Amino acid sequence: MNNNSKTGIIIAGLIIGVIASLLVLFGNPANMGFCIACFIRDTAGALGLHQAPPVQYIRPEIIGIILGSFGVALATGEFSPKGGSAPLTRFAIGFCVMVGCLMFLGCPFRMIIRLGGGDLNALLGLAGFALGILCGVFFLNQGYSLKRTYRLAATEGVILPAVAAALFALLLLAPAFIHFTEPDGGPGAKHAAIFISLIAGAVVGILAQRTRLCMAGGLRDVVLFKDFRLISGFAAIFVACLVMNLILTAATAGTYFHMGFAGQAIAHTDGLWNLLGMFTVGFGAILLGGCPLRQLVLAGEGNTDSAMAVLGLLVGAAFCHNFGLASSGEGPTANGKIAVVICIAVLAVIASVNTFGKKE
Amino acid sequence: MERVDARGLSCPEPVILTRKAIQKGANEIEVLVDNVTSRENVTRSAEHAGYKVSVSENDGEFTMSLRK
Repeated sequence: MNNNSKTGIIIAGLIIGVIASLLVLFGNPANMGFCIACFIRDTAGALGLHQAPPVQYIRPEIIGIILGSFGVALATGEFSPKGGSAPLTRFAIGFCVMVGCLMFLGCPFRMIIRLGGGDLNALLGLAGFALGILCGVFFLNQGYSLKRTYRLAATEGVILPAVAAALFALLLLAPAFIHFTEPDGGPGAKHAAIFISLIAGAVVGILAQRTRLCMAGGLRDVVLFKDFRLISGFAAIFVACLVMNLILTAATAGTYFHMGFAGQAIAHTDGLWNLLGMFTVGFGAILLGGCPLRQLVLAGEGNTDSAMAVLGLLVGAAFCHNFGLASSGEGPTANGKIAVVICIAVLAVIASVNTFGKKE
Repeated sequence: MERVDARGLSCPEPVILTRKAIQKGANEIEVLVDNVTSRENVTRSAEHAGYKVSVSENDGEFTMSLRK
């Protein structure tokens, strides 16, 4: 596949959209074939980093994405261990992005999937996401940079893929200290068979690595460069998801497409906070150089700065459930609203300091 | 000749720096990058702006010559 072709990324997006819909057919929660934020959150729960019983499961999709990207990067000679570009700052941004995701109840990837399932609340999320991206682009144009990365020893780049493989072993062995949501106990209990999820994740990891797919990069490149390549992948996921959901609704007993605001699966109808949550995510994703999916893929390629962002997402998810920051179907929490406002302020400070604070 | 050292920077920064050099009206620009994604993105952006791009690789680093 030609990495630069628009056709390539459109085909990849279509395949990814179909896979996302099929994962729901195979058992994942509704409108959640993929959600990087939710799946990292579930994994945090399985490891006991938070104690919210409904959302505890080691999600093989996350493992598959990291290992798929790692494998294809090794095969193509693109595996390149590096780091040193403001790692702790990236950890903090990752944390803030997770707070925003769990306010909205989904990462940018799930936002598209929710739109493809007819969840109109995601339109408010999309508006916030776009505004956040514009905010980030403003700082990029003013010279925002987290400075250079440096080459590291190969072992550094292998650590996160090795951890992913170890997590997979824990999932298979299911020792008593790993928490799993009880059957019918919440979204964590809904999942496709382990190997279906793993393979689905690996295919998405491989396609995303080859095409550089990024949900935040799409709109960013349109605004910055009038380059429509990445956003065409974003659009293709939506189209494939929508069509597949309509087909599945017609062909099966289940409902995969339900248009409206109320009664959407694992979503709430508070428009303002859907918007502000995804504003935080869009802004943070631009500061990181990519959405949560892209961070996983880059981490698989050996980028330890992205691995730090992934750890920030993980710890952020644990905080969200330990301190009542995450929304639920009933709506956002007071604590969550305060946290989102703080995170927007933190991102603004990080952006300002790294734009105006230090000139090379 | 303009020179852009974008080694260690990840996208979109290499493209932003290259475009700044392009906007200065340089006919020849040398861009250094150290990852394939940046090489692809700088190439696409430069070709779009009417430059011919040739690339040489040395130990994971790419030296890109952009010519009008």
